[in-house]
Amino acid sequence: MDDLYREVILDHYRNPRYRGSLPSPTTSHEGYNPLCGDDVTVELLVKGGIVEEVAFNGSGCSISQSSASMMTEAIRGKTVQEVESLFREFTAMMRGSDDIDFDSIGDLEALEGVRKFPVRVKCATLAWHTLQEALRRLDQGENQAASNERAIR
Amino acid sequence: MTEAESVTNQGVTGKPSGGLDVARIREDFPILARDVYGKPLVYLDNAATSQKPRQVIEALVRYYESYNANIHRAVHCLGEEATAAYEEARAKVARFINAPSPECIVFTRNTTEAINLVAYTWGRANVGPDSGVLLTLLEHHSNIIPWQRVTAEKGASLRYIGITEQQTLDLDGLEKLMDSRTRLLAVTQVSNALGTINPVQKLTAEAHRNGTMVLVDGAQSVPHMPVDVQAMDCDFFAFSSHKMLGPTGVGVLYARPELLEEMEPFLGGGEMIKRVTQEDAIWNDVPWKFEAGTPNIADAIGLGVAIDYLSDLGMENVRAHEMEISEYALRRLRQMEEVMIYGPPDPADRGGVISFNYPDLHPHDIGTVLDRHGVAVRAGHHCAQPLMHHLDVSGTVRASFYVYNTLGEVDVLVDALGQAHAFFSNDTK
Ligand SMILES: Cc1ncc(COP(=O)(O)O)c(C=O)c1O
Repeated sequence: MDDLYREVILDHYRNPRYRGSLPSPTTSHEGYNPLCGDDVTVELLVKGGIVEEVAFNGSGCSISQSSASMMTEAIRGKTVQEVESLFREFTAMMRGSDDIDFDSIGDLEALEGVRKFPVRVKCATLAWHTLQEALRRLDQGENQAASNERAIR
Repeated sequence: MTEAESVTNQGVTGKPSGGLDVARIREDFPILARDVYGKPLVYLDNAATSQKPRQVIEALVRYYESYNANIHRAVHCLGEEATAAYEEARAKVARFINAPSPECIVFTRNTTEAINLVAYTWGRANVGPDSGVLLTLLEHHSNIIPWQRVTAEKGASLRYIGITEQQTLDLDGLEKLMDSRTRLLAVTQVSNALGTINPVQKLTAEAHRNGTMVLVDGAQSVPHMPVDVQAMDCDFFAFSSHKMLGPTGVGVLYARPELLEEMEPFLGGGEMIKRVTQEDAIWNDVPWKFEAGTPNIADAIGLGVAIDYLSDLGMENVRAHEMEISEYALRRLRQMEEVMIYGPPDPADRGGVISFNYPDLHPHDIGTVLDRHGVAVRAGHHCAQPLMHHLDVSGTVRASFYVYNTLGEVDVLVDALGQAHAFFSNDTK
């Protein structure tokens, strides 16, 4: 039991960090896990390639909500590139890879125990996939803006 | 031995309950002897699927070891024995639900396929732009999706009977919902999500006065209580073997014989024809007209043995036993301050299914903790998302009982729940 619900996880569940919404996010996405009805919304304020602000909202089990909270803490202030590499490390860890740079993922390691509960892995990765989708939209938005600019010229 | 375990054993060896000798019954179920994470298995997910007694498992082995053959078309001894056993299983099913004859019993894969069979044959031929189908908010997705598809395809209307605060069907506005254009009422006899028992006999009478046909989903009733399709007077009735001690892979559709006669076949192929030319074919008699291809012979025979087992116990006794356990479980759960219990308050109005929630705990977290105590429950939406949406919950925790469950197992559940709650609400740990 303690493998799944490590103290760090319970702490984030009871006292979530950066829960709420941003006044003017540059990108956001709402992710949904149809199996258990968990939902997580991630909002980002990205400026000059840096995640300056982040917030999440949603409802669901302790794993999905604490993972979202831990993610906000882990990515705040990081460059988009760093966030993307964190996404790769984290999802690799949840897929069962042992070839992980544990230094870089810090507290997120607490979620490693979820691997022993295969049905719950999707709960832990929901926030991260939502984040990735939000970043993809940011990219698209920039490309869109760039191509709009070109079109105007 | 922990306190909880000693309670279980008391329960297991305790007095017969509701006329059932539970200790003896448990010996027939090999799986109940296993451990889960070092704890005795407490299996409370019977509404999803039941465990199987040795008698059923042995019947499957006996079939494959001694008379495995294809049915209906073999001239040899094995084929004759297999055919006789398969048809005998059909006759047992008919007697068990008091159908007028074995010919009104069609074997399918499960409840879901039985309902789809009706939707795609009878439904497509009988609903259209100026008619509709009436469901209830208590239906399982398998009694919703086929009707959504057929009514969408035919441009027909789809309506739902709602529920009251006590989570029983709200029949006050029924005259408005069921009008002259309502071709079919499709209703579950017992809700798998909340345990509510619906007044199907009364509903059938009202529907028939209105010229509306009735399909009853018996997936949660046939395993747990006496069922008489003639007294109920329904037109279609569906249930699954795997929820009533039988093997997976077999379901039953009962339909009034004249309906089966007039309905078009569902799937086409072998077994369902009498004569085939290059251009067309003559359908086989009912019920074989609806059983295209080689059926699930072994598991149908296994279902017959499960029916023998339940008949020996007596369905009145099964019902009494489950009511006793439900009553005890409701009493214990009500003593737990924060637990919210769904469904009608009186055990007489519900099957052996109890759905509940803690206000600020997610059902999956509770389910995971209970699992580590050896307690198998269901956590989630129970394939009834429209209902969950109406109740404004993402899901519930559901404990569902059967012939082998004991009061001691309820104690283990309650104990484990208390620990789950303490685990998540302990801020200072
Ligand atoms: C009320 C009800 N209807 C239908 C079904 C579907 O049964 P099956 O999955 O065997 O087709 C179930 C099973 O969960 C049920 O509880």
